[in-house]
Amino acid sequence: MALVSYREAVRGALRDEMLRDERVILLGESITGYGGSYAVTKGLVEEFGSKRVMETPIAEAGIVGFAVGAAMGGLLPVAELMTVNFALLALDQIVNSAAKFHYMFGGQWSVPLVVRTVSGFGQLGPTHSQTFEGWFASVPGLKVVMPATPADARGLLLASIRDPDPVIFIEHSLLYSTRGEVPEPTPGEADEIPIGSAKVVRQGDDVTLVGYSRMLLQALQAAEVLERDDGISAEVIDLRTLRPVDYPTVVESVRRTHQLVLCGEDWRTGGFGADLLSETQDRCFDDLDGPIQRVAMRDIPMAYSRQLERALVPTSDQVVEAVRRLN
Amino acid sequence: MYRQMVLIRRFEDHAAEAYAQAKIGGFLHLYIGEEAVAVGALNACRDDDHLLGHYRDHGYALARGCDPKRCMAELFGREDGLCHGRGGSMHLADASRNFWGGYAIVGSHIPIGAGMAYAMQYQHRDQVVLDFFGDGATGNGIFHEGLNMAALWNLPIIFICENNLYGMGATLAEESPVSEMKIKAEGYTMPSVQCDGMDVLAVYAAVREAAEHCRSGQGPVFVEALTYRFRGHSMADPELYRDKSEVQRWRSQDPIPRFGEFCVEHRVCSQKELAQINEEVEQLMLDAVAFADQSPWPDPAEVGRGIYAKPIDPEAGVAPSVSAVELARIEAEPEAKQAGI
Repeated sequence: MALVSYREAVRGALRDEMLRDERVILLGESITGYGGSYAVTKGLVEEFGSKRVMETPIAEAGIVGFAVGAAMGGLLPVAELMTVNFALLALDQIVNSAAKFHYMFGGQWSVPLVVRTVSGFGQLGPTHSQTFEGWFASVPGLKVVMPATPADARGLLLASIRDPDPVIFIEHSLLYSTRGEVPEPTPGEADEIPIGSAKVVRQGDDVTLVGYSRMLLQALQAAEVLERDDGISAEVIDLRTLRPVDYPTVVESVRRTHQLVLCGEDWRTGGFGADLLSETQDRCFDDLDGPIQRVAMRDIPMAYSRQLERALVPTSDQVVEAVRRLN
Repeated sequence: MYRQMVLIRRFEDHAAEAYAQAKIGGFLHLYIGEEAVAVGALNACRDDDHLLGHYRDHGYALARGCDPKRCMAELFGREDGLCHGRGGSMHLADASRNFWGGYAIVGSHIPIGAGMAYAMQYQHRDQVVLDFFGDGATGNGIFHEGLNMAALWNLPIIFICENNLYGMGATLAEESPVSEMKIKAEGYTMPSVQCDGMDVLAVYAAVREAAEHCRSGQGPVFVEALTYRFRGHSMADPELYRDKSEVQRWRSQDPIPRFGEFCVEHRVCSQKELAQINEEVEQLMLDAVAFADQSPWPDPAEVGRGIYAKPIDPEAGVAPSVSAVELARIEAEPEAKQAGI
């Protein structure tokens, strides 16, 4: 085990997989000399050359379309879209191309593509502070991964690159500098984390908190506060994959705790949590002692000013309040 | 090439008839009048060169040698269709013939073709990519993104623009500041040529030269074929935007009799032999329609088949309704699936 940052974990997974498989290529905007806008790909062009780490024009739809074609031609492309906000320009290629071909062409070929992109905020204003995981997760044909820890970032990225289907891999800008234990790569050992498996990261008896990405950390902080101040024992589940959702793990937990709080960072209306709520209620209705609670972004565009931003972003305090509403 | 053009023409005549009988649903876009482009271009390339087309795609499939029976069955929405009834008229594909599909989001396959061309270059394979689209696509941003990348990275791809003067119902003058599409490619420093798209030999010659250029590592080429569709944009088109006299004028250049006369004149074959080809093709088409009529409907229980190459856990909430048998089959051969990518 080594203590590494989330950023280093992502970079390490890219590097190790590129060393293992020559078909893996990276492409994106300012990912070579600049090192990527979040410095994830720093040093990789020096090691692998510009044929494998491709600097692209600023053309998000073109980047994903190109990557789809490269995948069809036998490569394993990992396309970086600088932020998920810019991914909107590539939605057509993600939804109408990558997600459709295996089904639409009768299973004749698949598109083994990873689109890496970034959620997050930090005084970036309305167009640069959004998160759209629910949009991607609503599309049959895509797999959607959103890791919260360095170990999961590594294991899930390896699984995503090796997966024969298109995977939307959403990192979080505020997690890049967080650190965690990551297993050292062992030759011949399975080092990937399967797509579609959630993880119980904290055991508890009284309430189940479900989070992913940055909101996992908020849920964990909330669990500490609840334990200390309220004597409430919270179980915390990291969803890790949003399509497919590992519902059995969530359901198993709710059967014991009888209370459920869903924590996300996207908008309340039509956000991913709305779908989670619907499905978990279907599966857990008889086990629930109270209504499922949601923590989500208020339905307001993200403002620039620090004070206004703070008024919008979901926090651990809101998770604590949601649990107190149930108790 | 004459036979292929007749094949496409008669296939679509029969398709139009079947559409009128409601055997074919949705949209049906006919290639009638433009056959010389697909036939000339594909004969000028190798069978293992990669082919991507737009949604008016029956011509590409047939010129590439796809089974007309399976093409017709796809239009009829049947299990024996090229895509088992999942794609329909606009989304024919046959990977075994390197025909990577009809693409129905205008221009979307332009960067996809560039990506395939990069994969060839990267793997030191000498196949080139043929990417067909219409004049309408050149107004879309994705066209420019794709051409920019292809030129930037010197990729082995031939962009074939079928300039048929209309983007659905918009005239060229309404959709483009220039009437010659090759001018747009020239901005990307790409060799660009224009050819008579009603003359199969002219298309053949232009694409042959383009393919040699690409295959020798000199980068992309843009070929603009000046052509015309004799029928409406789709079967639903009342054609209010163009004069009947204009259509008649172009019909007088019909590529099929034009090439037929050329062959007779140059003693490549006799009028009788052409008539015989027509008859043989007609029989093939009757067989294709009969085959499509008799092909089974896809099983609704299998509607969720093939969403993923590696199906997601059916125990999870959003799992596709993949049958247990299909799941077991795919799980059992993940490596074979991977290898087939």
